[in-house]
Parts: sequence; structure tokens; C-alpha cells
Amino acid sequence: MENAVERFYNAFAAWGVPPVVPQLIVMLVVVSVVILFISVSVMFMIWWERKISAHIQVRYGPMRVGGWHGWAQSIADGIKLLIKEDIIPAGADKVVFALAPMVVFAAALAAYVIIPFGPHLIVRDLNIGVLFYISISSLTVVGIIMAGWSSNNKYSVLGALRSAAQAVSYEIPLVVSVIGVIMTVGSLSMIQIVEAQQRIWFVIPQFLGFLIYLMAAIAECNRLPFDIPEAESELVAGFHVEYSGMRFAIFFLAEYANMFTVSAIATTLFLGGWHGPLLPPWLWFLVKTYFLIFVMMWLRWTLARLRVDQLMYLGWKVLLPLAFLNMGVTGLVLVLRG
Amino acid sequence: MTVTQAVFYILAAFTLGAAFLVVLATNIVHSAIALVFTFFGVAALYILLDAEFLAAVQVLLYVGGITILLLFAIMLTSRISARGVKILNEQAGISALVVFAIFALMAYANLRGIVPAGSPPPASYATASLGRLLLTTYVLPFEAVSILLLAAMVGAIILARRDREKD
Repeated sequence: MENAVERFYNAFAAWGVPPVVPQLIVMLVVVSVVILFISVSVMFMIWWERKISAHIQVRYGPMRVGGWHGWAQSIADGIKLLIKEDIIPAGADKVVFALAPMVVFAAALAAYVIIPFGPHLIVRDLNIGVLFYISISSLTVVGIIMAGWSSNNKYSVLGALRSAAQAVSYEIPLVVSVIGVIMTVGSLSMIQIVEAQQRIWFVIPQFLGFLIYLMAAIAECNRLPFDIPEAESELVAGFHVEYSGMRFAIFFLAEYANMFTVSAIATTLFLGGWHGPLLPPWLWFLVKTYFLIFVMMWLRWTLARLRVDQLMYLGWKVLLPLAFLNMGVTGLVLVLRG
Repeated sequence: MTVTQAVFYILAAFTLGAAFLVVLATNIVHSAIALVFTFFGVAALYILLDAEFLAAVQVLLYVGGITILLLFAIMLTSRISARGVKILNEQAGISALVVFAIFALMAYANLRGIVPAGSPPPASYATASLGRLLLTTYVLPFEAVSILLLAAMVGAIILARRDREKD
């Protein structure tokens, strides 16, 4: 990977082209590959979720499109959403309404910079790694608030407000639960965190941290049992009530892309990243990530939604103290060990 | 002009444009949203200066925390998010004067070289060294800021409680 990029740069340098040109080309290619990966992975996840939900409810789910178990259903849905009419409600704030899905998707896309798919399969190994993800993911909430407010609809404003309250509450346990791993490794870099798990996955010494991270991450993705921002039975659909066609599809895409991101980060921090016997590293990484995604889907279709007050209670009075306890114990053990 | 300089000017223009939008927008929600982009521009400038940690913290705190709370507060106050409400007060002239005075002072300081133009970057901006400095050399200001924030938090809780008892 890196050698090819190096050779590519050298070829341009030999022609006397300034280094900006090949750098821009490499950036464009990498972004296209990431977007392609997100699209394919999201289409698969949507089909998979429909199948899992169907089997949990003793049905078949999509069976017709494409032949084998309706595998092409998501592709057909995607094409349908692309050719639908683009509707902006008359009372909406047009600029903010159009900008909101882009902000949400940009945040989801940016997080893929630090996902280590394999030893050299990472867009950029930033030395602020984990922190980059935590900070960029907070942009999603801004996009959701923009969408909710600009729709000029009571349900969507309520959904956006709930989403803001939820994201602010669950971001703190999320950050604190990750600190245990960072303290053990002594680095924020994703590559170094994975390499530190050569002998033992951090899910064993940091089991409490893993559980807190998983719960807070599900809440950050606005998924059941923490889906009050878009609770269908009370708010119709929450912040995206007024969105349809391609703009709605972008929200949907970003939501599933975020699901992949939080699972990939959990794999990196707690499940040993790409480490594993026999299979190639990238396959191990994907297997672990999709397993966590499966757990998230499984929870979604078996648990009931929390009430708003239960949600706040869980976030502030259960998860946050436990996360601090985890951080304190980790620190103590590290100091005692020297 | 090097590429870094070109990127700097683009980012500076972006940040300043968003900042002007914050002040001049007629709708307070637009101001708040423009503020998000201003903070992002500043974070990008930090990255240009190789201060990655500072950039991440800037986005985490200002975009993820402060702006969201700001938007939250705006939306809970039904009247100010309505369109056509005046959001500038009568002191626009005075504040313009103050802003120009500060700008003139900074321009003067820069031109006279009071602020060293290209101060050499510290040996390492790594997160670890930043943390070590905060807990050794700068532990007193760090603790002072913590106490200030704690006091503000306690104050906010007391204010919120008093309101509830009145109901």
C-alpha cells in the first residue's frame, strides 16, 4: 500500500509536477474507496437487519428481489430513493434543511479516517486517534439539530431536542470508558492500541469499560433501546419527519455508517482489532465488527424503548459513576504494577 | 505562495466568513449554526499549526458541547427562534468601536514585532507531554480553572432548583 503511494509520488516528482497534484489524486481515490465501502456495507447491513428482524419475529423478510433470499432488496430501494421527487416543505428553512444531511454524512464519513482495517489498511494513523473520533462524532448532533429545527415541525424539533440531550449525556460515559484502554496503552493512536493487544484483548481486563462503551455507543447511534430521538410511536420519526427521497437516504446511510464506525472502534479498542489466527487480518477485523453490529441489531429487535427519565437515570447515575470507577481502578492497577 | 500559505488563506477566509455570518445573520439559529463552522475553521487552523490535540479538543468542547447547549437553549426559548425577531441591541456602534480598537492594537503589535512572528514550535506537541505539563508546571492554573467550573456548575444547579420550587 505505502510503497505504491510512494512510487506514485516519485513518478510525479520525476515529471516536475508539484507534490500537491499527486497528493490530491491520492486523497480523491481514498475518499472514493471509503465512500464505496460505506455504500456497499450499509446496503448489506440494511438487508441483514431486515432479515434478522424478520427471523426474530418469525417471518422471512425480503425474499423476492434478486432471487437468493432477496439479496438485491437494498439496491432496489436505493435506486427507488434516488429517483424520488426532492421535496422541501414550504415552511422549512431551505438552506439549513439542505445542509443538515450533508453535515451528518460528513461527520460519519470523517470518522472512517482512523479505522484500522489491517496493519497498513488505515487512511491515516493520527496520533490523536480515538480523540479524533470522539470529537468528530459530536458533529452528528449538530446536523440532527439543524434538521429538526429547519423542518419547522413540532415532532422534528422534539426529536432534535431529545437527541441533543441524549448525545450530551452519553458522550461523557463513552469518553471516560475509553480512557481505561488509553491509560493501559499510553497512546491514542489506533495502530498502537491494536498492537498492544497482541497477547490479550482488552475486553478481558477492561470488561466494564467495554460494556459501558457498547451501551453509550448504541445511544450515540440513536438505536433501540435508546431511540427516543426518533421514537416512531410518539414522534412519527423524530428529526427526519419531513425528509424524503435522497435526503432521507443520506440520513439513513449516515446512521448505518455510524453503526459500523462505533463497532469498528469497539473492535479496535477492546476486541484486539485485526489480531486472530489463520484468517487474513482485514477479514478478522470485519468479522469482529460485523459481529458487534449483529449484537446491536439483536438488541434492537428484542428490547423495549427506555423512557426519557430512565434514559437520563441510566446515563448519569449508572454509566457515568461506573465509568469513573473503571478509570480509577485501571489507574490504581497501573500505578501498583509500576 | 506555498501550498501551506494558500491553505491558510482559504481557512482564514472560511473562518472569518462564518464569523461575520454569526454577527450579521438575522436569525439567531443561523448565527449558532455559523458559529459551528467558525469553530471548525479555527480547529483546522490548529491542525495547520501541528496542534492536533488542541484541534480535537476545540471541536469536542466547542462544537460537541457549547454549541449544542446553545442550540438547545435557543430551541427551548420559543420566542427567540421565531423569524423576524430583532437580535441586535442598541450597542452595535460601541461594540464596533471596541472591535476596531482591538483590531488596531493587534495590527500595531504585529507590525512592530511585539509578538514574535514565527516563534519556534515547542519540542513536542504530543498529548502525553501536554498532560504532563498540565499536572506539573501548570497545575495551579489547571486547578483554579477546575474550581471556577465547579463553582459555575453549582451555581447553575442552584438557579435551576429555585425555579422548580416556585412552580
